[in-house]
Amino acid sequence: MIRFDQVHKRYPNGREALAGVSFNIGQGELAFLTGHSGAGKSSILKLIALIERPTRGQVFVNGKNTSGMRPRAIPQFRRGVGVVFQDHKLLHDRPVADNVALPLVIAGVPRREIDKRVRAALDQVGLLGKEKSRPLELSTGEQQRVGIARAVVAKPALLIADEPTGNLDPELALEIMKLFKRFNEVGVTVVVATHDVHLIEPFGARRIVLGDGRVMNADAGSGSAP
Amino acid sequence: MNVQAYFARHAQTLVGSLGRIVNQPFAALMTMGVVAVALAVPLFLNLFLTNVRAASGNWNDAFDLSVYIDKKAGPARVQSLAKQLRARGDVAAVRLIGADEAMQEFRADSGFGKALDALSDNPLPDTLVVTPTLTASTPQGTDLLERSIAAMPDVEVVQLDTEWVKRLSAMLDILRRVVLLTAVLLGLGVVLIVGNTIRLDILNRRAEIEVMKLVGATDGFARRPFLYSGIWYGLGGGIMAIILVAAAAAVLARPVDKLAKLYGSSFHLQGLGFATATAVLAGAVGLAWLGSWFAATRHIRGIEPT
Repeated sequence: MIRFDQVHKRYPNGREALAGVSFNIGQGELAFLTGHSGAGKSSILKLIALIERPTRGQVFVNGKNTSGMRPRAIPQFRRGVGVVFQDHKLLHDRPVADNVALPLVIAGVPRREIDKRVRAALDQVGLLGKEKSRPLELSTGEQQRVGIARAVVAKPALLIADEPTGNLDPELALEIMKLFKRFNEVGVTVVVATHDVHLIEPFGARRIVLGDGRVMNADAGSGSAP
Repeated sequence: MNVQAYFARHAQTLVGSLGRIVNQPFAALMTMGVVAVALAVPLFLNLFLTNVRAASGNWNDAFDLSVYIDKKAGPARVQSLAKQLRARGDVAAVRLIGADEAMQEFRADSGFGKALDALSDNPLPDTLVVTPTLTASTPQGTDLLERSIAAMPDVEVVQLDTEWVKRLSAMLDILRRVVLLTAVLLGLGVVLIVGNTIRLDILNRRAEIEVMKLVGATDGFARRPFLYSGIWYGLGGGIMAIILVAAAAAVLARPVDKLAKLYGSSFHLQGLGFATATAVLAGAVGLAWLGSWFAATRHIRGIEPT
């Protein structure tokens, strides 16, 4: 599903975020990216969502080599990847339902279908009945779940999350992680970046440990063909 | 995406962008006001020009030629001359004012009644008033007619005062170009004003555009609401411009009627017609759309999620 092949990423300010990263994440897998802040977790997720491009090396997502992708093709590509952010990135001037509906509206799904799927997504994250609330009327944990509902509403095959529990207390954080686990159980490939190793211990899932822009642990895969 | 959903989405965006304008009426009214003034100025100049043209058109009888006939020519030769003139293709009418008739008119109108009795002879000649056809009623056409009549026998003098008509016509030509230039410059102004407003709108909603792009919005999708905002700015500005010009015309109508009456003319001020008003609205919307298109295309391309 995702393959990094000797990927280097150097930002314009000269900071080298990734220094030859290779790993493989198979279809339907749940993987955690861990490591202290600045280890390159966010850079990897940004490369997967085509928010950034690698300086060297190649990134394959869904069997496609992203380096050859033209800018015009990026919107369509992003519709196949659900992204959850630490700061939620919700539109505060619109109700919850509109926030969750956004990917469907963009994809041109008919109105009636949208209402149905928005309710289904909100139900999955336990927020049914909050459709008309504004994001700022909700708690941080609820806002994060709105963000997750938005990421999954279009039923992407790949869900990625960057520190989704960063602002939450441990109890809420665990609930959010369980939510990701549940999506993984229905076949979605899930990649979660987190610095909180204790939180992910109970899940027993694959871990890719990063440090100084390199993969530190052995069970990260070789980067050879999936 | 099916066609119905496509139109539903556009309608929704259209209404949504209107809602956004209604939520910030002051800022939107400012932009529309500037658009309105920029449109009203050339529109008003054009209205002025149209009316001057219409008014000068009413003075077409100024193109009549007065043909004074040699006093030695007898009534028969006068009649035959009149007949010859009537037969011409560029002459619409010929009216004979006999010397006696002319004398009576002069006596009545001039107030020289008694003094004229002192004259033993009638000094006035027979006169033919020649009205050119409509197609010949141009400065060139009447010039030609004048010269060919002057060359005819028994004709003493042909009088035609077209100099002022030519000058007016030349001035109107210059004025028309000034109006056109003003319209082009201020139209460009509309494009820039709306473009700048849209640019600020986009910068204010940068975060929202980033989120949209993150979940797969194309530049075109992110641009759409701004194009509709531009259309509303244009429509609002156009309507305000029409109201401004109509108000100005209403204020001027009465004094113009009064002036026309003093000149014995039945001229009335022409307001904006329905066709012109429609064209103004279409033009305003078009220019505003263009401005928003440039701004939105340029600035939305530059916004990428980080």
